[in-house]
Amino acid sequence: MLAAQLAALPDGDPEGVQEALALVNGLDDALVHGLARLSAERAEAPAALAAALAGTPLGERLAESSEKVASGSVADEHLTALAGGRAALLGAVHDALLADLDAALGRERAPWQAAPEPEADGAAHLLGGARSWLRELAITGWRGVDHDLVTAADQITEALLAVPGRRRLAVLLDGLAAELRACCPAGTAERLPVRRWADLWTRALLLAQDGAPPGAGEPVGTVSGRLLILGADVHEHATAVQVQVHAVLEPADGGRARLVRASAAAAKVDTITGPALWKLLHRHRVLLGALTDRRAVDVTDLPLLGGGDLVWHDDRAVLGKPADPFTTARLLLDGALAPAEPPLDRHPVRIAEPVLVEGYTVTADGSFDLDGTVLAVDTERLPSCGPLTPELVAGSTACVGLVRWDGGRWLLQPLAVQAKVKRQTTAITTGDWALGPTDPKVVKAEARAGDAVAVLRERAGRLLRR
Amino acid sequence: MVPPVQPRKLAKVPFVELADGRLQGVVSSGSDIGRVYVSSIASGTHAYNCSTNNNRPCGGLYGSPCKHLRALAAEAVLQYGLDRVARYLRADVPEGADLVDCLDGSHEPAPAAMVFSRFLRHLAYLEVPDTTVPIPELHWFPAAGVRR
Repeated sequence: MLAAQLAALPDGDPEGVQEALALVNGLDDALVHGLARLSAERAEAPAALAAALAGTPLGERLAESSEKVASGSVADEHLTALAGGRAALLGAVHDALLADLDAALGRERAPWQAAPEPEADGAAHLLGGARSWLRELAITGWRGVDHDLVTAADQITEALLAVPGRRRLAVLLDGLAAELRACCPAGTAERLPVRRWADLWTRALLLAQDGAPPGAGEPVGTVSGRLLILGADVHEHATAVQVQVHAVLEPADGGRARLVRASAAAAKVDTITGPALWKLLHRHRVLLGALTDRRAVDVTDLPLLGGGDLVWHDDRAVLGKPADPFTTARLLLDGALAPAEPPLDRHPVRIAEPVLVEGYTVTADGSFDLDGTVLAVDTERLPSCGPLTPELVAGSTACVGLVRWDGGRWLLQPLAVQAKVKRQTTAITTGDWALGPTDPKVVKAEARAGDAVAVLRERAGRLLRR
Repeated sequence: MVPPVQPRKLAKVPFVELADGRLQGVVSSGSDIGRVYVSSIASGTHAYNCSTNNNRPCGGLYGSPCKHLRALAAEAVLQYGLDRVARYLRADVPEGADLVDCLDGSHEPAPAAMVFSRFLRHLAYLEVPDTTVPIPELHWFPAAGVRR
């Protein structure tokens, strides 16, 4: 990302974003106290949402739903319509923001290509269970959530986790339930993550629709070629971890290079943290090896989803020649074709565009100053399973990272930096410890703590009824 | 959002949680690898209980918390930090004091089976197969930050 590109990124929100977010806030506020106790003032929020979307295909259903909800009758279909309206607004905010970012970066994005409809997976009754829990939440409101209501989610997530195609919903519900449990009873809590919980509730309700496709949709095709890694983004909550590798794919048929992601996710428990997380993903040895050894990967016939995600098969990948993420970013990032975002996934939180930033000075608060334009750096997202620290970022001279939009502003999430370590300019990345930590201090601390995964597996082997 | 827990050795106390109005968990028996103790301390009253997973009372409860309860409290402090545990239990812990010495409850029966089944549920996560199908929803859950 050049200074001129950053300067071209509008400072303020795109037109209409403030108004859209105001409508979203109204609905979110109604969810704080619950739809069962809508005061006259809060009852206007669903109506305002319906009015704003009156000219869209959702308009009619929203109008009916907002009336019903205001009159105290809350059925699944009404909540679904409200969730759909809220998601549509945030999808539009996503589109406007991403269009600004693409224009500033000069990035070309592929048009959305719908995949064939997947077959039903017989999980309908489980989805119904999830919807009724979400309805209880909406009726009760965050302030009214008690231990019993939170615990009711356990059985639902347990059953959903057993169905491979419903992993997304299971992981999402588990994350939401854990946050509600930690705040429970929330009746007196001073501040609640109102927008966040409404986001999670909305997405969960959409994923719990009978027509929601299993998994992340069907592949649009398969690809072969050379994968050049830019960096690894790590996601985690108490019972899940996901590593999402951003890379440039050079197709074997000589076609245009494209931005892709490869993901690996595992279930876990809260006491497995830090470098031990990688052990949960040990089956994907080629992917982890490519991160640690900074190598290219030659892939054959990997399914590609419409959103630019490769479905990783370690046995269709072979480690290639050494490949430095900074070289990849310098040579290939500008010309690579970016993927379309699947319509249902469009939400500002999903914006994570790989960029290379260099030629900056680091300001007192850790932001990067590019010729007078300042880009804030989000060091909170540096994962505990890698060697990248806020200090290394602050002392860096080049950075490969993801541009995100959070809290109403653009941020850079570092994935790799070039920094001076012992007077040598070295690259340090979040994926360096994918095959185990290399820092002697961390290795020692890990050895002291013992192998959490092994201890729990031993306990599971002995105590779980089989 | 949920504050991340700190890593700790899991061999002695594989499971600790603050839930359902109790600090509760599972302590592995020192003498029999097939046996575990279910220990709990209630928030507010500080009533405590310790029994095997088959509901036999722990032999170490003589009018004061047994070694399993002491281990549970100590590991909870490592995992969550003293502040969070003391706040949850509503206990006053003067500086330098041990949490377990600042509790003023007595032994009261508590449901061990439920805690044990929560522990089994916890372990069952490790049996869930990994996946390479992306989970876009996890973008709402960035990795727990570095604390080195």
